[in-house]
Amino acid sequence: MAQASVHVAGQQHPIKLYLVVWGWLFVLSTCSYLVDYFDIHGYLRWFLILLFMVLKAGLIVAVFMHMAWERLALMYAILVPPVLVLVFVGIMVFESDYTHVTRLTFFGMGP
Amino acid sequence: MAEPALTNTGEALTRPAGWQQIAADWSSDQRAFKNVSWGKVMMWIFLLSDTFIFSCFLLSYMTVRMSTTVPWPNPSEVFALTIGGKSIPLILIAIMTFILISSSGTMAMAVNFGYRRDRARTAALMLATAAFGATFVGMQAFEWTKLITEGVRPWGNPWGAVQFGSSFFMITGFHGTHVTIGVIFLIIMARKVWRGDFDQERRGFFTSRKGNYEVVEIMGLYWHFVDLVWVFIFALFYLW
Repeated sequence: MAQASVHVAGQQHPIKLYLVVWGWLFVLSTCSYLVDYFDIHGYLRWFLILLFMVLKAGLIVAVFMHMAWERLALMYAILVPPVLVLVFVGIMVFESDYTHVTRLTFFGMGP
Repeated sequence: MAEPALTNTGEALTRPAGWQQIAADWSSDQRAFKNVSWGKVMMWIFLLSDTFIFSCFLLSYMTVRMSTTVPWPNPSEVFALTIGGKSIPLILIAIMTFILISSSGTMAMAVNFGYRRDRARTAALMLATAAFGATFVGMQAFEWTKLITEGVRPWGNPWGAVQFGSSFFMITGFHGTHVTIGVIFLIIMARKVWRGDFDQERRGFFTSRKGNYEVVEIMGLYWHFVDLVWVFIFALFYLW
């Protein structure tokens, strides 16, 4: 993908690369907006939203923030910890399900 | 004192690739991030900590939205605008998204021209980025005003779950603050670039350190991060 020697004079890539990524970000944003515009619902909506979100985030981090050209030591040090947030997400999903059930049971809004 | 003749410096060694490279870098002498300056590393570590802050906001939003027994207001309708007699869902947020993406594009090119030592273009692109950012904050102020006049408060709103207001103001407010700080720093950095501080190695007013064009890239990292956070807010708060 990239030459190993780019770091000598800082990150140096052709402008065209940035314009292409810019264009893709526009396309992906339009797609995620169209998900809402055409009122897609259910699991397909969640899947599409998350897919476009991850693709956009990946493009920004990899190309705009130059992570694709950094050494693996920095890549893993920065990118692995946020993934662990997913554990936190799992914990909070259990917790909020429990709160929800408790509210339905004790505040009489359940079936 | 004469410089000692170093025939074999660390840089000359061939380093392993893949996992072995990571292990070698982390266990090596003096520094773990071999070719990354301390400024860039510190910005990355700051951004990592900021990631956790925004993660906590989005997680608490997820928690209140999942645990409420009252229906959540439909963002598609709440953020709709009536243009030419037609109600278009989320149109303002979509425009804000495109503006922020464009600002990221101009910032990426500013970094590129900075390394080519093209002062005029770097400064102009940074100012364009700042202008896009200011437009974004302006549109956010418009959105807040609209919602507040419609009766949205941190403790309640006319459409459903009361937690909607507090989540909305907290998440977008914190993001807007980041954009505002970014705009201010972009203008300061653009002035430095324009004046040629990094060509003349002029010492900074606060730290009296000499700067170089890598500062533009570090500024860019912050700005792209602000765009990155918006990607997640757009998907998880506005579209979900």
